[in-house]
Amino acid sequence: MTVQQSLRLSHADAQVIDVPVDFEQAIATQARRPSEQKSRGLSLTIRGLRKSFGSNEVLRGVDLHIPAGQFVAIVGQSGCGKSTLLRLIAGLDAPTAGTISFGEETRAEDIRVMFQEPRLLPWASVLSNVEVGLGTDRTSADAKARAESALTEVGLAEKRDQWPSVLSGGQKQRVALARALVSHPRVLALDEPLGALDALTRISMQQLLGRVWHDQTFTSILVTHDVSEAVALADRVLVIEDGRIAHDINVDIARPRQRGSADLAALEGSILRNLLGPGADATGL
Amino acid sequence: MSIVEILPRVRSFRLPRIDGLTQWIVPLVILLVWQAACVTGYVPARVMPAPTDVALAGWKLLISGELAQNIWVSFWRASVGFLIGGSIGFAFGLANGLSQLSSKLTDTTLQMVRNVPHLALIPLVILWFGIDESAKLFLVALGVFFPIYLNTLHGIRTVDPQLIEMGRIYGMSNSELFRRVIFPGALPSIFVGVRFALGIMWLTLIVAETIAASSGLGYMAMQAREFMQIDVVVLSILIYALLGKVADSASRGLERLTLSWHPAFQKH
Repeated sequence: MTVQQSLRLSHADAQVIDVPVDFEQAIATQARRPSEQKSRGLSLTIRGLRKSFGSNEVLRGVDLHIPAGQFVAIVGQSGCGKSTLLRLIAGLDAPTAGTISFGEETRAEDIRVMFQEPRLLPWASVLSNVEVGLGTDRTSADAKARAESALTEVGLAEKRDQWPSVLSGGQKQRVALARALVSHPRVLALDEPLGALDALTRISMQQLLGRVWHDQTFTSILVTHDVSEAVALADRVLVIEDGRIAHDINVDIARPRQRGSADLAALEGSILRNLLGPGADATGL
Repeated sequence: MSIVEILPRVRSFRLPRIDGLTQWIVPLVILLVWQAACVTGYVPARVMPAPTDVALAGWKLLISGELAQNIWVSFWRASVGFLIGGSIGFAFGLANGLSQLSSKLTDTTLQMVRNVPHLALIPLVILWFGIDESAKLFLVALGVFFPIYLNTLHGIRTVDPQLIEMGRIYGMSNSELFRRVIFPGALPSIFVGVRFALGIMWLTLIVAETIAASSGLGYMAMQAREFMQIDVVVLSILIYALLGKVADSASRGLERLTLSWHPAFQKH
């Protein structure tokens, strides 16, 4: 058994280790979590989606189906339309043409967005910032308890009475995540939520995102410019070019994924070549 | 904010007991120098009475009840005028900050009126109202209106649009959005307006009472000038300074209470 395999085992279910099973088989089932376990997420179908700002056509016909509970990453160069696509999915902007339909009837609380900036209310305590995420349930009797459990989920329960201004950038983003999760959304749209964080904080946030997605089984759509983040977290990576989906890549790598492992690195390299052209992932030295 | 608060290393040497008194050191020194200059005859009593003489004049007026009466009249005019002008300014600031239509309708007009010095209206105001209470209230309200209007408007317009979008995404109704996002966001700017307005409030009142009044601190000072009671004149000026300080402290206290989330008001 290689070092890498033993690390994977340590993350796996204790019961799985006790029973003598085919090791490759154990990893394979883990990788296909959405089909194994019933997902709370919503499926999403997009047809002929276009969006123009004035004469500038940002999205030029996007067709896409996302199964319930899938983790999709959207990558692409700046200005390719990836954030626009996310804003349309989240219902923040109206499309110029085309349709977006979810598998079932949705409430506003079912779809939540997280931005690059935490967008916390500086004049509200951490806890009441999380309560904002309950939407129309804000006034219900258990609002505080639900907000507290969401804060605990992101590991910031002890900061509940603090002002946001005393938190670090990563902590603020965790509060924003708690706010997005407190209504138990079925779709979480993430617009470069980790883009402004330092490298180490970003890695621990990625782990947190991966964990809550795994536990709460929502459909997750992550816009990022960081290809290694995309392959570390997602089931599927979409590369957007000139307002269209240029590549649709399945990330068929077992979870929990080992940061820096050869298969992740190889996939990252091939996506970067797709993005930037052949030889572009070389450092240029 | 003093330099002491900026330098954390220096701050750790600050003696907390002296902290509240530090601000009074300079006024006290001025008072002592002033007293010394008068006692030694360096400054003639006709030009400037000694602080002790001013205190004595104050005591006499206090005994006769005249002082309390005049302070009360001035205080009443100041606060009622402030409330009237401040509320109207706040209302216009809200309306024009929240509604494009309202802003298009009234902002240009208000900006034109703003550029007329309100004290220049005194002759007109005397013709309109005579020298009774409404004249003073009108002037104070007019003076207070603009700083509160402008700063409320500015505060509302500069609320982070990303926070407003966030509020909408999380399903806030218009009134909830106002209560939870727009008003708290505008509050620091509104307080700047309030403090400007307090300064203008006293200025307007002093001028109005000096020119056209039959009671109040300004009137008391003008009466004293008629009778060459220079100690009473100086006393009135000192009381204005003190009242201005009280008003400013009150607004600061209110600021600290409502803006405790703001990094500038956090205790370290």
